[in-house]
Amino acid sequence: MASMASEGLTVTQRDQLMVEQEVGKIYTHFSELPPSSKSILLELQRDEHLEYLTRGLGILPPSFASLDANRPWLCYWILHSIALLDEYIEPEMEDAVVDFLSLCQDPGGGYGGGPGQMPHLATTYAAVNSLITLGGSRSLSSIDRGSLYMFFMKMKQPNGGYRMHDGGEVDVRACYTAISVASSLNLLDDELVQDVGSFILSCQTYEGGIAGEPGSEAHGGYTFCGLATMILIDEVDRLDLPRLVDWLVFRQGVECGFQGRTNKLVDGCYSFWQGGTLTLLESLHQLFHGNGLSDSSQSDASELSGDEAHATHDHSCSGHGLENTTSSINLRDTSYNFIQGRRKGGPLFDSLALQQYILLCSQLWDGGLRDKPGKNRDFYHTCYCLSGLSASQYSTSKDFDSVPLPQAVLGPYSNLTEPVHPLHNVLLSKYHDARDHFAIH
Amino acid sequence: MELSDGERRGDPEGERLTLPLTSRPEWSDVTPLPQDDGPRPVVAIAYKDDFREAMDYFRAVYRSDERSPRSLSLTTLVLSLNPANYTVWEFRRRVLESLGSELLCELDFTEQVAKGNAKNYQLWHHRRWVAEKLGSEAVSRELDFTRKIFLIDAKNYHAWSHRQWVLQNLGGWEYELDYCAQLLDEDVFNNSAWNQRYFVITRSPFLGGLKAMRDSEVDYAIEAIKKSPENESPWRYLRGLYKDDVESWVHDPRVASVCLSILKEQRDLLFSLSTVLDLLCHGFKPSKELADSINALRTSDPEKPDSNMEMARSICSILGSHDPMRANYWAWRKGKLLQA
Repeated sequence: MASMASEGLTVTQRDQLMVEQEVGKIYTHFSELPPSSKSILLELQRDEHLEYLTRGLGILPPSFASLDANRPWLCYWILHSIALLDEYIEPEMEDAVVDFLSLCQDPGGGYGGGPGQMPHLATTYAAVNSLITLGGSRSLSSIDRGSLYMFFMKMKQPNGGYRMHDGGEVDVRACYTAISVASSLNLLDDELVQDVGSFILSCQTYEGGIAGEPGSEAHGGYTFCGLATMILIDEVDRLDLPRLVDWLVFRQGVECGFQGRTNKLVDGCYSFWQGGTLTLLESLHQLFHGNGLSDSSQSDASELSGDEAHATHDHSCSGHGLENTTSSINLRDTSYNFIQGRRKGGPLFDSLALQQYILLCSQLWDGGLRDKPGKNRDFYHTCYCLSGLSASQYSTSKDFDSVPLPQAVLGPYSNLTEPVHPLHNVLLSKYHDARDHFAIH
Repeated sequence: MELSDGERRGDPEGERLTLPLTSRPEWSDVTPLPQDDGPRPVVAIAYKDDFREAMDYFRAVYRSDERSPRSLSLTTLVLSLNPANYTVWEFRRRVLESLGSELLCELDFTEQVAKGNAKNYQLWHHRRWVAEKLGSEAVSRELDFTRKIFLIDAKNYHAWSHRQWVLQNLGGWEYELDYCAQLLDEDVFNNSAWNQRYFVITRSPFLGGLKAMRDSEVDYAIEAIKKSPENESPWRYLRGLYKDDVESWVHDPRVASVCLSILKEQRDLLFSLSTVLDLLCHGFKPSKELADSINALRTSDPEKPDSNMEMARSICSILGSHDPMRANYWAWRKGKLLQA
């Protein structure tokens, strides 16, 4: 039957059909269950996930050699997931992680994928986010911010982008990792953001989403990185926001989860990259208030006046948003101001449907979360499925940390995860602690 | 005298290459450098012996910055064990430069790595570095290589970025539009191919740029839409052709025309209606026929809309129930209409 149906179908259609059938089976089975069983299936398997995650901090099997240059990522994926579950690790383990990450820190600034490896922006992001997640003075003081700033400046490119590492690739992800870390550590300044906005703008495609490099295809991961960065550097006005929203909402498909690109397959990790981006957009007044760029002709106009504003602004303020006087002080507050703001509107997507995909299709009963049925669990997907779950659960809350109503949480209310700072993807409480720490140190 | 396994197999040379590094005479002057994971390692990988050893020797030559042929072959070994180690790739580039090595072999090497995993960032970045050094003589090989990758996975993101970089920096545009057409012929849902098409028509020095190409591209997109109206790619592509020229978008009769024919054939509502909505938001005046088609879809409110605004709101309501996954989005669109 399946083979008859697949005659005359393209590769895309065939692949999509197979996934729809797998997911359809799960949802059909679920719908036929009595309410009490449904409740059980929708439970977040906290204990099992915690067990899987905690074991990951110890010894990993030889197959993990492929992640030997990504060990700070393993720390972040695991620690952030544990934090989302409102759980803890032993203090000795916390100290051990801090010490290990210190060994990954390069004397010249930045963190590598393991002890002795070259510093790399992505592993720096993972390390810093891990240390922020651990929190506390010992952890936060271990970050050498002075040399880190130098590392950022070395990686900064004339076209506004950043190189991932010495001699490495330049893309939107590199911009995000650098800017996000600089912002979290109170290091963001005019030098670091110079021309970044122009580079990211050149990566917004005809589809509305954002690509890794100018000309490439609109993609969920890069879209999150691009939008988050534009917000952090206060240049979000320059993007065609309505077009971005339009592209994003169409990335949620019949499976209820999100796909990364048009006509590609659903994947649990896009619960955060795409779903999380939508929650960011819900907080932008540009989309919800009055003359808020309700069509693209208006956004063209504001972009035009933005360029004019750049021309008349004093040199030290170049590259920043229309309405601010722009100075280093403003840049240091963009992240904080963002989460102090209230949700402006939305939700723009189907939050309960997304939670349904995460809980019924991504979650494994023996712990961990995955891309889609048929794939294996891994720490990356566990992290981003849970992050997406959090973003989704809080997506109708007025403030970023206000407790969601029961109807916003799919399954038992005990499924509620901890709220994150949507620009950095660390727990909100941890972000605040770090901000307080770096304000005085 | 006892024969070694290799000698018994008739392959003493091969055996020598699989000897542990510590047993190889050419490495006897190097002290391997163990990884410093500290006293209480976390996320500690239980490396196999050959992996651990190769990395210990790598750390030694990396520390001493030894740019020699043996360093080069050591990086080959290490990358076969973990092709994602960017430090090793970067060191390899430094060694290649210092040795003034011939770089065509690097293309073979990266092809081997790609066979194991074509979605590895480092291999593509290395390939780009090599291609840049080789210059325009690398064009056909790079286009062939990415074409081969697309035979296995026509949407490989890294491969597409690489191909675009090659075209922009080294050339080779002549047959690119044809190639896009071929890929779309095989799979009209391949959004990467649509994206590439947009890239070509806007940037190819052989074509006239977006404005010059727009007319024929509109026809191309519409043909694809008519074949599979549920395919989002050509709809987005069509809209993208008018990205910076809303006036022309509104006034191109072919756009409203394809929406009308799709609606009449009842083959898709989602993209045809959302396209009409977009047109209305930009001041488009629908024909009576189009207005009637839309009115026929309304399930409530018997009064016919007599303004663009009301028609647009109608469409938002229709889509809200026809496309429930995006009910929140259509409600937001409807609300914004009142502000416009």
